[in-house]
Amino acid sequence: MTILLYLIPAALGLGLLGMAAFLWALKSGQFDDLDGAAQRIMFDDADADLRGRRR
Amino acid sequence: MSDTSGNGPAFCCSGCAGAHALIKGLGLERYYAMRDMAAVSQPFAAEAADWVEFVRSDPDGTRHAELLIEGLHCAACLWLIERALRAQAGVTRARLSATTRRLSLAWTGDAARINALADTIARLGYRCLPVTADAAEKVGSSEERSLLRAMGVAGFAAANIMLLSVSVWSGAAGSMGAGTRDLFHVISALIAIPAIAYAGRPFFHSAWTALRQGRTNMDVPVSIGVVLALLVSLFELTRSGQHAYFDAAVMLLFFLLVGRYLDMRARGFARRTAQQLVAWTARPATVLTEAGAVQRPAHRVAIGDRILVATGERIPVDGVVLEGISAVDRSLINGEVVPQPVVPGAEVFAGTVNLDAPLTLRAIAVGDATLLGEIARLMEAAEQGRGRYMLRAERVARWYAPVVHLTALISFLGWYFIGHIIWPDALLIAASVLIITCPCALALAVPIVQVIASSRLMRRGILLKSPTALERAAAIDTIVFDKTGTLTMGRPVLLPEDAADGDALQTAARLAARSRHPLCKALLAACPDAVPFAGVEEHAGQGLLLRQGENEIRLGHARFVGVEAAAVDGFSELWLSRPGLPPYRFRFSDALRSGAVSAIGQLRNAGYRLLILSGDRAAAVRKVADALDIAEWTAEADPRCKAEAIAQLRQEGRRVLMLGDGLNDAVALAAADASLSPSSGLDIAQNAADAVFQNGQLSAVEDFLRVAGRSQILARQNLLLALIYNALAVPLAIAGLVTPLLAAIAMSSSSILVVLNALRLHAIRRPHVIRGSAALNRRPA
Repeated sequence: MTILLYLIPAALGLGLLGMAAFLWALKSGQFDDLDGAAQRIMFDDADADLRGRRR
Repeated sequence: MSDTSGNGPAFCCSGCAGAHALIKGLGLERYYAMRDMAAVSQPFAAEAADWVEFVRSDPDGTRHAELLIEGLHCAACLWLIERALRAQAGVTRARLSATTRRLSLAWTGDAARINALADTIARLGYRCLPVTADAAEKVGSSEERSLLRAMGVAGFAAANIMLLSVSVWSGAAGSMGAGTRDLFHVISALIAIPAIAYAGRPFFHSAWTALRQGRTNMDVPVSIGVVLALLVSLFELTRSGQHAYFDAAVMLLFFLLVGRYLDMRARGFARRTAQQLVAWTARPATVLTEAGAVQRPAHRVAIGDRILVATGERIPVDGVVLEGISAVDRSLINGEVVPQPVVPGAEVFAGTVNLDAPLTLRAIAVGDATLLGEIARLMEAAEQGRGRYMLRAERVARWYAPVVHLTALISFLGWYFIGHIIWPDALLIAASVLIITCPCALALAVPIVQVIASSRLMRRGILLKSPTALERAAAIDTIVFDKTGTLTMGRPVLLPEDAADGDALQTAARLAARSRHPLCKALLAACPDAVPFAGVEEHAGQGLLLRQGENEIRLGHARFVGVEAAAVDGFSELWLSRPGLPPYRFRFSDALRSGAVSAIGQLRNAGYRLLILSGDRAAAVRKVADALDIAEWTAEADPRCKAEAIAQLRQEGRRVLMLGDGLNDAVALAAADASLSPSSGLDIAQNAADAVFQNGQLSAVEDFLRVAGRSQILARQNLLLALIYNALAVPLAIAGLVTPLLAAIAMSSSSILVVLNALRLHAIRRPHVIRGSAALNRRPA
């Protein structure tokens, strides 16, 4: 059962990583405008239009 | 603004043509591909305003400003505003939040450039409002964040403890040694203790507050259950016991946090739009003093001050006109489309727009004392009455909590004194009773119906704002409509038979081309390619005049063109006089919304009592009432009168649904049992209403009522399911037969059952497919 000594820390570590990523995303404001985020995925141009490049 | 595909551009007014030219000039035509066609309302007339006082400056010369944008409909609006602003030189940041409607701007250069930027937004057809720093708003958004953070922590802990618990359960038959089991329990405890301490705070806090006030709520059993489960499990750990409830406690927290977050988001929407009424008067006023004109925030204007209101500007205070003859657009106050002429001595109200010529006013009321402020106050009072409405789930919680506590206590005492087992075992049984009765399914039963109902309504173009609206709407038997902008389009349209004389129309449209008057805009809309005459004189409040040598062409009031008293037939009118020709009369009417007749017919057949309450003149209201075959109608009702009529109906025992779009309806919207507002309405009305419908399809009313009725049936079924589940599981728990595995299975299965039942809401059949619903799929064409 010594394998548990590696697997449990590994599982917990991955979980912590996920939680850290979530908390970071929250802190950097990615959850502030969920409605806008849902709509912004339709803007596929990333400002390119404005520099004269059009499709 | 009209469709640019197909037959080429057609514009309702010069403002739209200007906006179209601006969009094209900036290379942003893709807006038209992305826009939700049917959701676009009239653009706002550009208003002159000074925004400089809202600018903050950084030491390095970067300027910042925040503006509230009104008139956002869909993704295309975000895209257009952001791109149009970023195309301006020096703008480094333009970010618009769809949730808060706030635009955050940063640019380098002069602070006064804010006015040019605000003008760009106005020319695109959106309205800017100042952001009023609101402490409650800040608290709200930080609360939302901390709830999300708690959810993240609880989710992490639940997943990892479950990982360990599943191993323990599967090893319970004997394949896992006691040592390994204890190790797993220790690790679970190490994860659970900090996670519960952190993620449980929202519940502990709320439970503590309730207990201190001598009340109890759903959070009390949750808190006690979670803490007791944790303590008992820790105690089990010290004596190397077989059962630990770490998983159940954390999982419970996670489920409940998800429910609470969904609930909070629904409430946040209403809260954020709530401050916008204040923003109407927050714009600066130009005060005339001995030293000259000074810009001052409207609330700092003193009574008796002389105020200058430029053409096109919104009047900041209630006042009496000292100088100037103009017309005032009072649609914000009374919903009337046709501007009111004003002369010295006339009273004007804050929030109305000065259309024709500059006015000098003497302020007679400012801030909260204005008519606008009074409407805000009435609205608040009406909403408080509604705030006392208690959800069925809360009513259930009121007696649920004491019963649960009593049951747990009785099973503890029973096992200890009668069953003669040691107290830790008795406590373990009591804890399992609390966990099994924890209102997981109960807390989900109603919110999940809520979430599914609102997503269903959303796809039909109905945005549900108030979490309690569905329950209130389910009992509706009376529907009250506002006329202008709700049953009708809210803007005058030239009668087709009067457009028959092409020559007269052409002349009139060329004369009217530059005017802001709604009737002139309607003329131009009927004849869009008219080339404006040069040298048209505007006689404020009377009409337009063009001199051609000896001859005069006049367009305006009957008296202005020399015709005696106008006929009273409910039509708005303009007269045209040309040399050598008899005066020509143009009649305008406010067209009914498309589908209004059939939608109203359906509601009548469904047995609802229908009424119209309008601020407009009797003749105009009668015409609409006759067209829709609505027998009960009231005209010339002011905001207070509308609210009183609603209160009267409610006293008679009717359950009233109110539909309205204007500020004058806001109080009535808040006073009714439930309310709806079209998305073309003012944000104030949309804010006061429980739900907002897009596309101007009045069939939304029936959809809303049907989904509300159905969702309440499902909510009741769900509560019943949760209670049946408790009736089955609680005896097992009292008997001491519930193990952590059984608790976890029961908890998840009951929750899943409730969710599945709520999903049946999707199975409501539509009676017919409504044209234009394709536009609801918010996708670019």
